[in-house]
Amino acid sequence: MIQVRAFCAAVISLFAVLMFAPAAQADFASSLARFAQDEFSETALAIDEIAASGDSRAQQVLEALGSARLFVDPASKKVYWRAATSARTIHDAANGEPVVDPPAGLQVVRINNRLRGATLNAIGALTLMAPDPARRRAAAESIFKSRDASALAPLEAAIKVEKDPSIATLFAQARAVLMLAAPQATKDQQLEAISILRMRADIGAIAALRSTNASADADVKALAADAVTAIEARLKLMSHVQNVWYGLSLGSVLLLAAIGLAITFGVMGVINMAHGEMVMLGAYTTFVVQEVFRAYAPDWFDWSLPVALPLAFLFTGLVGIAIERGVIRFLYGRPLETLLATWGVSLILQQAVRTIFGPSNREVGAPSYMSGAFDLFGLSVTWGRMWIIVFTLFVFVSLLLALKHTSLGLHMRAVTQNRRMASAMGIRTPWVDAMTFGLGSGLAGIAGVALSQIDNVSPNLGQSYIIDSFMVVVFGGVGNLWGTLVSAFALGVANKFLEPVAGAVLAKIFILVLLILFIQKRPRGLFALKGRAVEA
Amino acid sequence: MIAKVFFERYDRAGLIFLGVMATIAIFVPLSNLLLPTDSFLHVPTYVMSLVGKYLCYAILALSLDLVWGYCGILSLGHGAFFALGGYAMGMYLMRQIGSRGVYGNPDLPDFMVFLNWKEIPWFWYGFDMFPFALLMMALVPGLLAFLFGWLAFRSRVTGVYLSIITQAMTYALLLAFFRNDMGFGGNNGLTDFKDILGFNIQAQGTRAALFFATALLLILSYMLARWMVTTAFGKVLVAVRDAESRTRFLGYRVEHFKLLVFTVSAAMAGIAGALYVPQVGIINPSEFSPANSIEAVIWVAVGGRGTLVGAALGAVVVNFLKTWFTTGFLAPYWLFMLGALFIGVTLAMPKGIVGTLQDWSARRRERATYTEKSAQKIAEQGE
Amino acid sequence: MNQDQSQSQAPADIAAFEGGTKAPPAVTSALLYLDGVSVSFDGYRAIRNLSLFIEPGEMRAIIGPNGAGKTTMMDIVTGKTRPDEGDVLFDHGKHDLTKLDETAIAELGIGRKFQKPTVFESHTVADNVLLALSGPRGPFASLFGWRNKVAREKVDAILETAGLLEHRARLAGEISHGQKQWLEIGMLLAQDPAILLVDEPVAGMTDHETELTAALLRQINKEHTVIVVEHDMAFVRALDCKVTCLHEGSVLAEGSLDRVAGDERVIEVYLGR
Repeated sequence: MIQVRAFCAAVISLFAVLMFAPAAQADFASSLARFAQDEFSETALAIDEIAASGDSRAQQVLEALGSARLFVDPASKKVYWRAATSARTIHDAANGEPVVDPPAGLQVVRINNRLRGATLNAIGALTLMAPDPARRRAAAESIFKSRDASALAPLEAAIKVEKDPSIATLFAQARAVLMLAAPQATKDQQLEAISILRMRADIGAIAALRSTNASADADVKALAADAVTAIEARLKLMSHVQNVWYGLSLGSVLLLAAIGLAITFGVMGVINMAHGEMVMLGAYTTFVVQEVFRAYAPDWFDWSLPVALPLAFLFTGLVGIAIERGVIRFLYGRPLETLLATWGVSLILQQAVRTIFGPSNREVGAPSYMSGAFDLFGLSVTWGRMWIIVFTLFVFVSLLLALKHTSLGLHMRAVTQNRRMASAMGIRTPWVDAMTFGLGSGLAGIAGVALSQIDNVSPNLGQSYIIDSFMVVVFGGVGNLWGTLVSAFALGVANKFLEPVAGAVLAKIFILVLLILFIQKRPRGLFALKGRAVEA
Repeated sequence: MIAKVFFERYDRAGLIFLGVMATIAIFVPLSNLLLPTDSFLHVPTYVMSLVGKYLCYAILALSLDLVWGYCGILSLGHGAFFALGGYAMGMYLMRQIGSRGVYGNPDLPDFMVFLNWKEIPWFWYGFDMFPFALLMMALVPGLLAFLFGWLAFRSRVTGVYLSIITQAMTYALLLAFFRNDMGFGGNNGLTDFKDILGFNIQAQGTRAALFFATALLLILSYMLARWMVTTAFGKVLVAVRDAESRTRFLGYRVEHFKLLVFTVSAAMAGIAGALYVPQVGIINPSEFSPANSIEAVIWVAVGGRGTLVGAALGAVVVNFLKTWFTTGFLAPYWLFMLGALFIGVTLAMPKGIVGTLQDWSARRRERATYTEKSAQKIAEQGE
Repeated sequence: MNQDQSQSQAPADIAAFEGGTKAPPAVTSALLYLDGVSVSFDGYRAIRNLSLFIEPGEMRAIIGPNGAGKTTMMDIVTGKTRPDEGDVLFDHGKHDLTKLDETAIAELGIGRKFQKPTVFESHTVADNVLLALSGPRGPFASLFGWRNKVAREKVDAILETAGLLEHRARLAGEISHGQKQWLEIGMLLAQDPAILLVDEPVAGMTDHETELTAALLRQINKEHTVIVVEHDMAFVRALDCKVTCLHEGSVLAEGSLDRVAGDERVIEVYLGR
């Protein structure tokens, strides 16, 4: 790989040399010496030679020249440059090494306006052919933005040698911008430019199309205007799609946080204010698992999340069962007292975590498959968000299936529908209560694993989710899992559509107020159960 | 005659409470001002401020007990009403600073100058006048409670649903007051107060007067609450708490009762907050934190819900414990302690301190009458 | 007599109502008028096309197997449940009960005793009756009004009728099950309603208590219209009144107890052979 790159670089510099250099073979040192002549003509020659040399030192020297940081020692005729970041450090231009004790009386190499243009072009050309693809991209983008007509020639040169198709596209787009603005471009060239820019379809393309040369053909102008409207329409659509995507992403987070609550509050009717802390415990479980991986098996780090998931489920599930057996079971039928007692539990859990892990945020790493992004029809989709949505839906479906097809699910539904009858049929209702609560808590725990990837893992993690989660469950209709799903995604999308209009905080306030008003209108939520059983 | 009516309204705990409070109201400020600092009976200023703070909490607890203890409405929004009253007072105090602020602007509080505002927003109008500010301290929380309650009670949102949406309201207010654009000082809130009613707010005399006012307000709040719960109104409240739909079938407009008590209670909480602000010298959005509202509920639970004296006592006891814990080496354990308090009280002592004591004395009295009766019987048999 | 009147009157009313506007029929002799009422919960039709006419001053016993819709019928009359269709009119057709809520209906003079006795357990027996006494019921009236002045005679008179005078100072949560039933009937009396709906008043009572309750209801019926829902046939016989048997949400048979008890279908679905 590295060899290939080196080869490319060599080929490119070879081309560059053939392109530009009248005095191609002149070596770098003698080119430098021309600066010492203090003649504009000599300096112009030096610029061309250095640019053509393809030498790795060329960039530094030319940039220094362009920003008046290139010096000549009149005594020794040696050339030096000063680093852009530090006023003190002086480098020897011949080898790029810092000079500990620079000679006194250094003089700036003077340039006039024409030479400055030449310097900048030379730098542009250098970066357009730089071996590093990132720099070539940056150079193309910078020409695209600056619309500097003088960059056309080096650009044309670079297009001919560019191998990377994506960078070649960027070069073509940059060239198209220059063509549109150039008065001398032919109609065909401009039409082609418009179609290229239309393909690019972003704000930059719109700006470029708007700056079509005033003297251009009427057809060209009309086509450019047409392209602008098309791109604007597309951008508007994209921003809606983006909002929906962000909304779904937020909705999946809300659903994850609320899904356990949909079991404990929705199905059992237990107000668990420590639910957020279950999420927090799940996140800390991930942290601990990752620490173990870091210490003992750093190569297997990608496996930390799959390992953390069942552990978090088990751990928070057990904590949940302990809470149910230790506190909640004494308070069935007294929801307000349950609220207070579980709030106490949440305080204790928070403080316990604070004591063990400290009050500050803990670093939870992202495995390779969670980082990065991919492009979907112009929409940048991060893998992390993507997997969280997939994971959320997976959890939701598994839960539905579990409730429908496992014996615990059957017993759970029996107990919630008619506790006494279930008990009479030999179902151990206390055991079902404990297991149900454990299930809800365990779900909160695996939500914590997922949330650790996108949120700060601190003892306060749970607090920020508890109110939202309750709102999601109540809005969706208590005891209705599908309602919870719809409500989470609806709230997520609504939030993201409001954010650009009102700002994040105001959007959240607005949603809260809307929810409060909605609950007045339909106290039982979107998908309410009806009938006499509910009244009791 | 008047004395008889007065005494009839209060039970033994109430009379003790009134006596103790009257003594504190008079003794503490006088002792602080008049007695020499080395006297055994001298109350230092910091203790007076601290107790003054507790008394504000006691008023808040009374107001919460009125709705929760008597009417069964577990409001998780009373911290917000408290904070709103506090902001109303804070706005008055900000306006009193005048040109003595850091920027020396006579028309705008410092934070508005900092935000580059040119004129004072409309909702600050009138807060330079104390009577108006005083009205707002009760009216703003009262009005919010009225609107909120009107919506909620009419559509029969009850129980935990009501608790959850009051908490959501508190949370929304918290977020709103954190915003600079709201015009209430954003993150930093309102502080650096100079004087109140023309008196220097730091002066010992002013502090003593504020303490006296707080104690007096606590007494008045207690009397108001006691009057409300001992009339037929209070009986209806308890009826609503225990069997809401039965009360409805009896022909009572339950929502009107709830609305009245909720509004009065919110106004009371607002006044408590207004008294709190000049004594602590700052009001900021963290007062809206949902945790504060729940903490106030636990004061009431600890003291004894449904007993007004208990609510006030609980506020003082829990906050004394908090001060004691958080100032010493035990500080990291306070939240464990508070959490345990939440769990312990709900599980082991649902009636709270005063309720449990009342049960004990009632049982003892019963036993006494029982032994008396059986003694009589034995005597009769003996004859 | 009463019976014939209601039977003959009803169809004419319906015709007038259906032919005319949505307004309630101008004239019906019935104090409580249910016609064509249906309600369903999640697809289950608890009441189907139920028609029932109660004359002023009447005592009516309603019997029927579990799930016949007896309690739901009371829920509809008192505003707890809204019917899907049908008319529920009160006081000679003056009030449309489907448009009113519980409180408004109670204010019109319809009192209800629940199947499970619900009294205010943390109030004394006397306070329970005091709260039920008719009079202004607004929050301000309760703060400042007469209910705070001594109303002892009124309360005691009702406690006397209900046989609870000696328990007046006890908490309602402490008295026995039967006493709670009587207290609830006493509270109904204190409300002084035009019509009393009494749901299973003798459930869980001893025979002696049942007899006393029947006597109490007969006495109440002298001044009030009463509807009683009950399973206890001995009790229904003791009430000595017209009987309606409900089955699957509509009227199966109506008339004197002997006639209803002799009805083949009633024997089939309810009484058993």
